[in-house]
Amino acid sequence: MKFDTIIIGGGLSGLVCGIKLQENGQNTAIVSTGQSALHFSSGAFDLLNKLDDGTEVDIPANFISLLPSSHPYSKIGYDKFVKYCREVPSLFKNASINLKGDPETNGYRITPLGQVKKTWLVFEDFNTMNTAVINYENVALCNFNGFLDFYPQFIGDVLAGEKCKYKRVTLDLPFIEKLRHNPTEMRATNIAKVFDSEENIEALLKEINSRCEFASTIMLPAVFGLYSLAPVEYLKEKCGKKICLLATMPPSVPGIRTQQMLRKYYSYCGGAYMMGDTVEKADMDSDSVKSVYTANHDGIPLSADNYVLATGSFFSNGIIAEPEGIFEPVFDLDTDNDPDRSNWYDNDFFSRQPYMKYGVKTDHDFKPFRKGRILENMYAAGSVLSGFDAVSEGCGGGVSIFTALCVANKILGGE
Amino acid sequence: MDIRYNISDHNFEQCLKCTICTVYCPVVQVNPDFPGPKQAGPDGERFRMKFPDMADTSLKYCMNCKRCEVACPSGVRIGDIIQTARIKDKKTHVKLRDAILANTDIVGTMATMAAPVVNSVIKLRPVKKLMDSVMKIDSRRTFPDYSQQTFEKWFRKYAMKTQSTYDRQVTYFHGCYVNYNYPQLGKDLVKIMNAAGYGVNLMEHEKCCGIALISNGLIKQAKWQAGKNMDGIRKSVLEDNRTVISTSSTCILTMRDEYPHLLGIDNKDVREQIDMATRFLYRLIDEKKITLIFRSDYKKRVAYHSPCHLDKLGWEIYSVGLLRMIEGVDLMILDSNCCGIGGSYGFKKENYDVSQKVGEPLFRQIEQVNPDFVATDCETCKWQIEMSTSARVKNPISVIAEALDVEATYKANLKNQR
Ligand SMILES: Cc1cc2nc3c(=O)[nH]c(=O)nc-3n(C[C@H](O)[C@H](O)[C@H](O)COP(=O)(O)OP(=O)(O)OC[C@H]3O[C@@H](n4cnc5c(N)ncnc54)[C@H](O)[C@@H]3O)c2cc1C
Ligand code: SF4
Ligand code: SF4
Repeated sequence: MKFDTIIIGGGLSGLVCGIKLQENGQNTAIVSTGQSALHFSSGAFDLLNKLDDGTEVDIPANFISLLPSSHPYSKIGYDKFVKYCREVPSLFKNASINLKGDPETNGYRITPLGQVKKTWLVFEDFNTMNTAVINYENVALCNFNGFLDFYPQFIGDVLAGEKCKYKRVTLDLPFIEKLRHNPTEMRATNIAKVFDSEENIEALLKEINSRCEFASTIMLPAVFGLYSLAPVEYLKEKCGKKICLLATMPPSVPGIRTQQMLRKYYSYCGGAYMMGDTVEKADMDSDSVKSVYTANHDGIPLSADNYVLATGSFFSNGIIAEPEGIFEPVFDLDTDNDPDRSNWYDNDFFSRQPYMKYGVKTDHDFKPFRKGRILENMYAAGSVLSGFDAVSEGCGGGVSIFTALCVANKILGGE
Repeated sequence: MDIRYNISDHNFEQCLKCTICTVYCPVVQVNPDFPGPKQAGPDGERFRMKFPDMADTSLKYCMNCKRCEVACPSGVRIGDIIQTARIKDKKTHVKLRDAILANTDIVGTMATMAAPVVNSVIKLRPVKKLMDSVMKIDSRRTFPDYSQQTFEKWFRKYAMKTQSTYDRQVTYFHGCYVNYNYPQLGKDLVKIMNAAGYGVNLMEHEKCCGIALISNGLIKQAKWQAGKNMDGIRKSVLEDNRTVISTSSTCILTMRDEYPHLLGIDNKDVREQIDMATRFLYRLIDEKKITLIFRSDYKKRVAYHSPCHLDKLGWEIYSVGLLRMIEGVDLMILDSNCCGIGGSYGFKKENYDVSQKVGEPLFRQIEQVNPDFVATDCETCKWQIEMSTSARVKNPISVIAEALDVEATYKANLKNQR
C-alpha cells in the first residue's frame, strides 16, 4: 500500500501532523499500537511554564531565545513559534474542539489536588483563569459518593486559604451508586458513560438544586462528555448556577474526548487510521526508509514518500530504557542520553529527572539519525524527541503540537 | 529489535495498570456486574495464578470482542487472558443450551434438511417462549433463516466442474453461515473470483472454525475441529499452493489467532495464507495482478460498519478500500462501535439486554444516516443490525458482486493473464 506520508503513532502529535497533511491534500496513514497519553491529560495543553533555572514564564514567545539550541522550540524558532501560537486554536476548531485561553499568554488551571498551576490553553470543560487566585463565592464543592479519583478535601483546603466560602456536598444518585459494585472500576470514564443520557443529567440537576440552594457556584469533577461535548453544554445551560468543572485523576474524560474528536476529524479528512497495529520493522537504504511492516499486515509493505515517527516517550514505548542504554525500538535510531546510567535519575523523586530529556536525536529539521547518518525521508515529532522536559518545564502539549505542525509544513514544502 | 521479556502468556507482564482497556470495553458501559478487562484480565490473573481454584463468575460477561486489546498501548492480550481463564476453569460444566448454540455445524445440517419447517417453527411464538423458558434463548431474538440447499451442495452441483478451467486457484473457507444460512454470499464470491480469473476450491473436510465452541467452553471438540481445519489449510497452502480465503472476519480471526493463542495449535507455517477475501482481492488489485470493472449504473448510499474482529485484525482498510473503488458507491464510515451480539453471547437470555444496550449507539447512528444498506464483514453483526434497525445489511463481497460488470471484468483479466 502506498501513501504520501505514513505517521507512526496516533497520539496528539501524530494526529495533528496527519490532520495538517490531509487538510493540504496529502494521502496519509497513521498506525498506532494503542491509545495515547491524551488519556491522562490534565485537560489543558502546556506550552512553556518554566525554564530549567526556575524562571517563571508568562509570555512563552519571549523566552524562546533563552532555551538551549537542543530544545525543540529552538529548532522551530521565534517566528514560527509565534505563528503556531495563533494557528493552534483554529486548527483544533476545525475538529470541533474549542480551546479556551489567550494563545500568547499563559493562564492557570486547578489540579486534581487543588493546586493552582500555570498552563496554556484549556479544554472547553474548564473555566479560564488569568490569575493564580481562585475567585469564587459560595461554592458547593460536590463529589459523587464513592468516587475516589477526586479530592474535595484538598481542594477545600485551598478554597479556605483563598477565603472562599464553600461547603462540601456528597451527591447520592442511584444510577451512580450502581457503579460501586466494582469500587476499583468506579472511574471518571464509567461515570461519564452514565451521564451520556440527558435523563440522568436531569436527575443530577434535581439533586444539585435541592442540596445546593445556598451556593452560587457548583464545583464538580470533570466526568461529562466522553464522546462529545453535548453533556457538558447541557449541564451548563440547564443549571441555574455557575458550573465549575475540575480535573480528576486519570483516566481523563476531556482528554479521551479530545483524542476521539481529533481521530474522527482525521478520518473525515480522508486519513487512514489503523488502531491496534504496530510498526515492527522497516526496509531501509543507508539514508532513507523504503517501506515499513506492521504486525497486522503480514508481509504487505506500507510505503510512502515521507515517514513521521510520533511514537511517544517511555510511557508509550516510543523510547525504551534497558540496563545497557536508551533505545528507539522500531528503527534503532540514535538517541540523546547519558552513557553513565547513574546520571539518568535524581534520587529525590520530586526534583528534575534527567531522563525526561532523553529521546530521539534530530537535526534542526527534526530529521533523525541512524548510526550517525541522517535519514532523508523521515521526521520525528512529539514526546519521542529529546531535549525537553515536559514535567519540569511544563511544555509537553506545546512540543507535541508545534513539532507536528513544523514537520507537516516541511513535508508540504512550505517552510 | 524485541527487547521485551515475558515469563507468562499473552504479554501479561506488560500491563501498566493504566485502565485504558476498561474505557473501551462495551460491556462495562452497560453491565455493572462485569468488572471490566483490566480487573477480569491482568489484575484477576495475578490472583488466579496464586489461587488456581478461585472461581470467577464474572468472566462469562466478556463477549470476546477484543476491543480492549485494540486499545491497550502495551500490547497486553487481555481478551485472551480472560478466555484462557474461562477455559481453565473446569468447574463450570457446559449447559445443553450452550452446546446447541456452539454446535453450528450439527444444528446447521439438521436445520437445512428441514429448512422450511425450521424457519417457520422457530418464528412461532409458543416455540420461542419454550426456547426462552426451557433453553434460556431469548424469545425477543430473531433467528437467521436456514437455507434449503447448503452452499457446498450448490457448489458441487453447479460450480465445481468449471473451476479447473481458470489459470489461478484459491481455496474458499465458507464457514457455517454461508453454508447453512446464506449460500448467496458464497455464490457472490465465486462470481467475483471467476471474473477475476481465479478458480475456487473448497477445503477437504471443512469444519466450523470453532469460535462458538471456544466461547462456550467445549474445548476438546474445538481442538479436534481446529486440527481438521489445519490439515485442510496445510494441504491447500503447502501442497496445492492456494491461499485460503473467507468472507467472515470471525472465522479468519479464529483460525489465525485463536488457534495458537487459545487452543495452543501452532499455525506459523501457513498463518499468512489465511486471508479475508476482501484483503486478498485488494492486494491483487494493488499489485496490478487483477482488475475489477464496475457497472456505471450502480448507485448506492452505503454505510460501512467494521466488525470488532475485523478491527482486531486491523483490516478494515481493505474492505473500505474495495468499496471506495466502486464509483457509484457513496460511502460513509460508521463510528467504531460494537453491535452487541458477540456471536452466541447475545442469544443467551441473560445477555439479551446487555447485548441490545451495547449496540444502541450503532443502531442510533444507522437510523440517522439512513443509508440504502449497511455493509459489514460479519454475519452475526448482520443479524443483530437487521433485527435492531430498519436497515438491510450486506457483506462487502456481495456489494462488489452486485456492482461488478462481469463481462468486462472477465475480459480485462484475460488480458492480465497474457
Ligand atoms: C501521564 C501523562 C500525562 C500528561 N499530561 C499532560 C498534560 O496534561 N498537558 C500537557 O500539555 N502534556 C501532558 N503530557 C505530555 C504528553 O506527552 C503530551 O502532551 C502528548 O500527549 C504526547 O503526545 P505524543 O503524540 O507525542 O505521544 P503519545 O500520546 O504517547 O502517543 C504515541 C502513540 O504511538 C503509539 N506507538 C508507539 N510505538 C508504536 C509503534 N511501533 N507502532 C505504532 N504505534 C506506536 C502509542 O501506542 C501511542 O498511541 C502528559 C504525558 C503523560 C505521559
Ligand atoms: S491491560 Fe493494557 S490497557 Fe489495560 S490496564 Fe493494562 S496496560 Fe492498560
Ligand atoms: S473482549 Fe470485549 S467484552 Fe471482553 S473484556 Fe475485552 S472489551 Fe470487554
